[in-house]
Amino acid sequence: MAELLQYLATGITIGAVYALVALGFTLIYNCSGIVNFAQGEFVMIGGMVTVALTAYGLPLEAAAAGAVAVAIMVGIAIYVFAVAPAGRASPVTIIIITIGVSIFLRGCAQILFGKQFHGLKPFLTEEPVMIMGAAVQSQAFLVIGGMAAASLVFWLMLERTLVGKALLATAANRLAAQLVGIDLRRIMLIAFGGSAAIGAIAGILVTPITLTSYDVGTMLALKGFAAAMLGGMGSPLGAVAGGLLLGLAEALAAGYLSSAYKDAIAFLATFAVLLLAPNGLLGRRSINRV
Amino acid sequence: MPYRLSDRHFVVAALAGVIVLLGWLLPNAYFLRIATLVWIFALATLGLTVLIGQAGQVSLGQAGFFGIGAYSAAILPTHFGVSPLVTPFVGAFISGALAFVVGRPILRLKGHYLAIATLGLGFLISMVLTNEAGWTGGPDGMQVQRPVVFGVNLRQPAAWYWISAVSLLIGGWLVLNLDGTTTGRAFRALRDSEVAASVMGIDVSRMKLRAFVLAAIYASCAGSLLGLSNGFVTPDQSSFLQSVEMVTMSVLGGVHSVVGAIVGSAMLVLLPQMLTVMQDYETLVLGAIVVVVMIFLPGGVVPAIAALTRRRTR
Repeated sequence: MAELLQYLATGITIGAVYALVALGFTLIYNCSGIVNFAQGEFVMIGGMVTVALTAYGLPLEAAAAGAVAVAIMVGIAIYVFAVAPAGRASPVTIIIITIGVSIFLRGCAQILFGKQFHGLKPFLTEEPVMIMGAAVQSQAFLVIGGMAAASLVFWLMLERTLVGKALLATAANRLAAQLVGIDLRRIMLIAFGGSAAIGAIAGILVTPITLTSYDVGTMLALKGFAAAMLGGMGSPLGAVAGGLLLGLAEALAAGYLSSAYKDAIAFLATFAVLLLAPNGLLGRRSINRV
Repeated sequence: MPYRLSDRHFVVAALAGVIVLLGWLLPNAYFLRIATLVWIFALATLGLTVLIGQAGQVSLGQAGFFGIGAYSAAILPTHFGVSPLVTPFVGAFISGALAFVVGRPILRLKGHYLAIATLGLGFLISMVLTNEAGWTGGPDGMQVQRPVVFGVNLRQPAAWYWISAVSLLIGGWLVLNLDGTTTGRAFRALRDSEVAASVMGIDVSRMKLRAFVLAAIYASCAGSLLGLSNGFVTPDQSSFLQSVEMVTMSVLGGVHSVVGAIVGSAMLVLLPQMLTVMQDYETLVLGAIVVVVMIFLPGGVVPAIAALTRRRTR
């Protein structure tokens, strides 16, 4: 029982990170139809910049805020300098562009921060919390809470603000949104900036648990992408559900089956779900127009 | 009459010319090795020219089949005593069979969903190669026995230069000829509109499967060649990043074009070699070049040059 709880706690924690990456994917995908493979790099930037700024003696809060600001600037720069100039290139071309961007960012991080692993102290306490025999790191609660808070803010923004309504309108129909006077460029900037902020927050929160290095982004982008697919591309709720499910599948597989194959099992699970529901768990049915 | 880049006899003759010229001119073993790598990756990328360029189906798992080819060349002689000479064919058969079996369910998915499914498949193959250390040597990789032909042990870079170059010529010739066949036309119809293609009586799922299997066989043959010419294989050759590199090669050069596959491979093999002088800045510059090329030449390098020369001659 304690063992199972332990796995569940690990799964939900890592799943929360996947969920945040998947949420970032969803935000950009909905507004632009672009799958941004540089999404994982925002997580890396969040962790790395926080580590660097605290090393300069800044308090954690200021360093974290600085990291989110840097990530937002990078996100906006990606849109302005890489995605917008490509215009109406084919989806595969745009995917290659975002992959190029992620290679570029990884190169920058390698020069600025070196190739070694960096860590942060847990924000609250080093002592694990005992729940029915399972030891859960205090930081795990912050990761899960951060994910819940970020999702809530995301949802409130979509539902309650004019900008959010504009985002939803753009997602529903880009041409129609433009016709009613929505500034598409502004929406894209908000999507890329917001998506970067979500990724950076995940990176800051999870660094004390998993450490970070210049190349963590690739794997996180993959897992986030898989999570977004699992939940159904384009659905924010699906992204969160997909992320959590993927994290749980991975942790349980690592615990009970084989830790060497945990990544494989995560992909197999995604694969199985996609075969049964080709649009993901909560994805919209796509209608083929001739 | 001006030659056009689309003329297939011209393409094959020009490619053969370049191959002979380079084989004659390249000064030492180092340059021959690099050229060999270009031919091998071009062969793997040709599979994507068919799958993505002609049939319009994305794969982010091409390196999985590349890895199967490479490890067939390594495992079969070591563990089963099979002659290294036949391993590329056995590898191609295994890859083709695997693609045939898993392709049917995977290819029902579309667009990004297909991308994630093929990515997962490549990932799975890569994990098996990394984890089954008893068979594959684990993350450190394993040695490959060189074939012995007429008592000569094939280990000179020059020998592999010619073997890989001729394989590429054959592979390129087949893809160029595919264009005019019923299958080639079906691929293109399917890429332009699946619904329209099926209305015309094309068995869409069968055609997709055919393209997928073909791409797997190309990747596998290239992988075997890499293993045999290097004398060593590692699981990196089947990694996700390797798959991405192959898609980048095909899109960078021009995804619809055979010459594009070769030019794209040449760019991604040569650039890191040239950038090593920049040491730490290598990754950064490579990423920047990919982004800039794709922004200004979204269709790829070769179609852009072809369009330019066409404008000149007009």
